[in-house]
Amino acid sequence: MTTTPHLIWLLLGVALILILATVIGELLRAKVAPDGSNPVIENLNARIAAWWGMVVLLSLAFIAGRPGVVILFAILSFSALREFLTLTAKARADHWALAGAFFVVLPVQYWLIGTDWYGLYSIFIPVYAFLLMPVVSALRGETKGYLTRVAETQWALMICVYCVSHVPALLSLNIPGYEGRGVILIAWLIFTVQLSDVMQYVWGKLIGRRKVAPQLSPSKTWEGLIGGTLTASAAGAALWWMTPFSLMQAAGMALAVTLMGFFGGLVMSAIKRDKGVKDWGHLIAGHGGFLDRLDSVVFAAPIFFHLTRWFWT
Amino acid sequence: MSVVSGSRLKGAIRAAAAVVMGRAITLFARIVTSPRAIWAGIEPVPRQRVYFANHTSNADFVLLWTVLPVMLRQRTRPVAALDYWLKTPLRAFIGRDVFNAVLIDRRPEEREQDPVALMTAALAEGSSLIIFPEGLRNTSEEELLPFRSGLYHLARQNPGVDLVPVWISNLNRVMPKGEIVPLPLICTLTFGPALHLAPDEEKDTFLARARAVLLAQREGAPS
Repeated sequence: MTTTPHLIWLLLGVALILILATVIGELLRAKVAPDGSNPVIENLNARIAAWWGMVVLLSLAFIAGRPGVVILFAILSFSALREFLTLTAKARADHWALAGAFFVVLPVQYWLIGTDWYGLYSIFIPVYAFLLMPVVSALRGETKGYLTRVAETQWALMICVYCVSHVPALLSLNIPGYEGRGVILIAWLIFTVQLSDVMQYVWGKLIGRRKVAPQLSPSKTWEGLIGGTLTASAAGAALWWMTPFSLMQAAGMALAVTLMGFFGGLVMSAIKRDKGVKDWGHLIAGHGGFLDRLDSVVFAAPIFFHLTRWFWT
Repeated sequence: MSVVSGSRLKGAIRAAAAVVMGRAITLFARIVTSPRAIWAGIEPVPRQRVYFANHTSNADFVLLWTVLPVMLRQRTRPVAALDYWLKTPLRAFIGRDVFNAVLIDRRPEEREQDPVALMTAALAEGSSLIIFPEGLRNTSEEELLPFRSGLYHLARQNPGVDLVPVWISNLNRVMPKGEIVPLPLICTLTFGPALHLAPDEEKDTFLARARAVLLAQREGAPS
């Protein structure tokens, strides 16, 4: 049972970072705008406060073990899917297909994850859901915008359910010598990817000048991207001793997931631009919606899952 | 003696049940649609108001009621159709006890009291109101039907009251007419700047203006 001490070390480390961030946030506010009139500092403090909430929730799920993690990510998937499908093209004829996405496809996918049925959860959405849901829509007879409606709904399921579900799926990997420690793998993935997001924001705010994709996102800069991914990769590599990877392997994995995380943010920004919104939702103060926080994990999780599965099991 | 205390007890139980039911309904509405209120050009302060909104679903006023701060919610009464809300005992309980609705009769030939007089009486008691000036649920392709004259008469008889436009988006997608399973999509309610009847403003001019102001609250509409 080496899960618990490693997890406690990681959570203590995160708590330390958050305490530091909280102190810096409060100092900045006291120094620059004690009346709360600086929007950047207020947003920073709101983000830090929300981080505390998210870390506490994740910790509780980790302590509850496998059922806790599966249920937490099922709820996150539900919230993300609701945000995504609120913006996609749909007609009245899609009502049953969409209800099926929420109330059949999502629960079944997480039930398959919970019961460790790799052979089915890895194809359930791309094969069964993608072939059968358009049939449900087609039977209602509305052909206007049909392909757009079907395609956007499928993308919503891919991003919000299929990809997100690969985080709890990490618990089902059988890595020799690493039995029963899947929770650490999840904690490491989320820590590395989210730290990369935070450090991209910090480096971008400090020295960011050259924009990566000005049409997509004014806040993504090359300085932020390089500084953020390198800092987070170094941190991920420094935690190699709690993963099944060696130091160099952990560095490579960390680089892979932070880059995928960046691409996730980029792609999801493009979708937001296309749909004319700034944030996916409103429920996480300072961050926007669930998808605004999950976008990087969404893209990193399946790649991380399959790299680990291919090389380490 | 025992009859009196018995009916008093019944009343207390009914009132408590109404509070619990109100909480349950708002919680359910929050889980299903995660409604978001945007106060654009007006603040949620306890002033007497008539909220007028587009009407695409029977749940419209529930959602509007849900996103109001509790202090405002307690003194805001929806104006609803008597023939619908008195049909079954459960509906009557929800309509009368939970929402304290001002029930009006949509059938002119059968009604005993004038709807505008009923609404004016409710305003005189200090309540705010939620009304749907289209008069009936909009199931057409049109975004907003022409307004009935009720809003004009209400504005003329109560010149001091703020008329607040509220655009409710997406609720018709959550629960289209005839469907039984709601889709848990996010609904947005945009509260716009208050409107008043101008002196000497004609009925049709005012109704057209009110309708245009409500349409201007749609998401993406220039503010």
